[in-house]
Amino acid sequence: MDCRKIMLPSIIIYGLINSVILALIAMGFSLTFGISGVANFAYGGFYLFSGFLVWMLLNYLKFPLILAIMVTIGVTGLLGFVTYWVILLRVRGIALSEVIATFALGVGILELFRWMGFVTYEFTLPYLKKGMILIAGVPVDYQRLFIIGIGLGLVLFLYFFTHYTRIGLSFRGIAQNERTAISLGIKSDRTAALSLAFGSAMAAVAAIVILPLGIISINTGYEVLLIAVAVGIVGGLESVPGILVASLILGYAQVITGTYFKPEWMMVVYLAAIVLVLGIRPSGLFGKFKELEERV
Amino acid sequence: MKYRKERLDRGIKARCEDIFALSSYREILYLAFPRVLPVAVLLILPLLKDVVGLYWEKVLMISCIIALLALSWDLMASVGLISLGQALFFGAGAYITGFLNHAFKLPPILTIPLGTLAGALFCTLLLSPVLRLRGVYFAIVTLTLPLLLARFIETTKILGGTEGMSGLSPLPDIWIEMYVPVLALLLCLFGFRRLINEDYGLVLQGIRDNDRAVMSGAINIYWFKAQAVFLAGLAGSFAGAFMTHYNQVVGMAAFAMDYSILPLTAAVLGGVGSFAGPTIGAFILVPLSEMLRAVGTLRVVFYSAILIICVVGLPEGVFHYIRRKYHQFERMVEVG
Repeated sequence: MDCRKIMLPSIIIYGLINSVILALIAMGFSLTFGISGVANFAYGGFYLFSGFLVWMLLNYLKFPLILAIMVTIGVTGLLGFVTYWVILLRVRGIALSEVIATFALGVGILELFRWMGFVTYEFTLPYLKKGMILIAGVPVDYQRLFIIGIGLGLVLFLYFFTHYTRIGLSFRGIAQNERTAISLGIKSDRTAALSLAFGSAMAAVAAIVILPLGIISINTGYEVLLIAVAVGIVGGLESVPGILVASLILGYAQVITGTYFKPEWMMVVYLAAIVLVLGIRPSGLFGKFKELEERV
Repeated sequence: MKYRKERLDRGIKARCEDIFALSSYREILYLAFPRVLPVAVLLILPLLKDVVGLYWEKVLMISCIIALLALSWDLMASVGLISLGQALFFGAGAYITGFLNHAFKLPPILTIPLGTLAGALFCTLLLSPVLRLRGVYFAIVTLTLPLLLARFIETTKILGGTEGMSGLSPLPDIWIEMYVPVLALLLCLFGFRRLINEDYGLVLQGIRDNDRAVMSGAINIYWFKAQAVFLAGLAGSFAGAFMTHYNQVVGMAAFAMDYSILPLTAAVLGGVGSFAGPTIGAFILVPLSEMLRAVGTLRVVFYSAILIICVVGLPEGVFHYIRRKYHQFERMVEVG
């Protein structure tokens, strides 16, 4: 975030961009958790996996960009689906095992890439469209505008998807009351697997639009998980409005910290926010579980 | 002709589930053997340093350190607190010890106990707002804390920043280097096993199984959880404190992912909830990973694979398997 100039418009615009980035990252994680109750700790791994997959498709197989993006979103979604059927199905309902299995999968993916040598500076994804425009005197490049557009588009898509399609409605059914949903003929495992696939595909979307802003590095994977979790804790893990509000709060808090203090302090904002929210309102700002004891 | 496997408890066990009536030396031996053997091996191995070589003595020491972290993980798991960040304890102990030695030039004999205590206290305070959370939520927070603390140190450049603090006092004696971790491990192992079987431990296990029921018994579960975290923190911080003086340097590596995932893998591989299991797991994993030193960071991938296979395929763990084999006869009987 190159917004060291102390200017109000710049803070507003880059704060918004940063907020959308956080929301994009957090949404897939929260979607999976809200529907199936699976905390997908492999999220960072999937995020980075899709980044590297696009890179490999572009550079080794010389795919056109749009095709590479399509393939990557599909493959990552499939990866989430398979993860559910192969690993999570067997440990479903045992929180300890679910957490450990997905966590191990995520760390495994990340460290595999590290071992394969994906650690140098050559790994960058191309911008969807180069160039920039001035908004209220602040230069903004098209990629960042794309991020805002895709973020908004994704929220709208999710809203319509979960309200007007069969799969979307079954998602909400399972999320609201699993047993009742099963008695109405909604298949719990298939829905949970699909929710994991959707969450993973959203990780891929986030990776494809956000990663071009910088270099793809392994630590991004851990950072992404951190962001998803921090936003989730602040907003309430299973609530979409909560995610959006928390992203705005954290996004602006970060940009303001980055502008008036030092950019390195931006990471500390998460720690402060988590500690504050847990101290004051442990279920998050918009968490549905009001009773503390009910939190999983 | 079909056969099936029949399992029978040994006679000594059949008298009672946990009180043994010993009537012969054989029976005493039968019970004492699995307890005395590992203790004896652990105590004798350092004496054989000329035979096994200093390299493998170091492996033994690291195994003890990882076993301590795995024990602290298991104690927290017995209260229902799943931690994905044992590195928090390790790092806290390591940094406080390093700071005491670096800033005030205290000798290791003071810094290690102080670092252990202060580290455990620091972690308990840090985790105390989160103790209300269960399961996944707690796991999420513990995963993030070591990462964030490492970033915090990197950002604020306190405690040596990215370079850490080096030139710390070495441990005075090679015998201390070898025996202190072994003794600490034995103390923790048997101490925790005893603790969990006392009334106190029953409360802890009750909180894991049904915290509402324990609350309805007018017991403050958060206070008990905090105590358990403190005890677990003592074991974890000691590991960090000791390693600081052993390496004579402390840096951000103290919060590394290795110290979170290795104890976790050890506990799951060995068998959760028995304390002996995580210890066995650590003594399988650490030597194995030393042999795999050549493959570099692929080791972590390898731990992850073991973790997934164990969680999905062998949820029982090595220790429970061995114990069952030891306590039961198996024979084939005809069916039908």
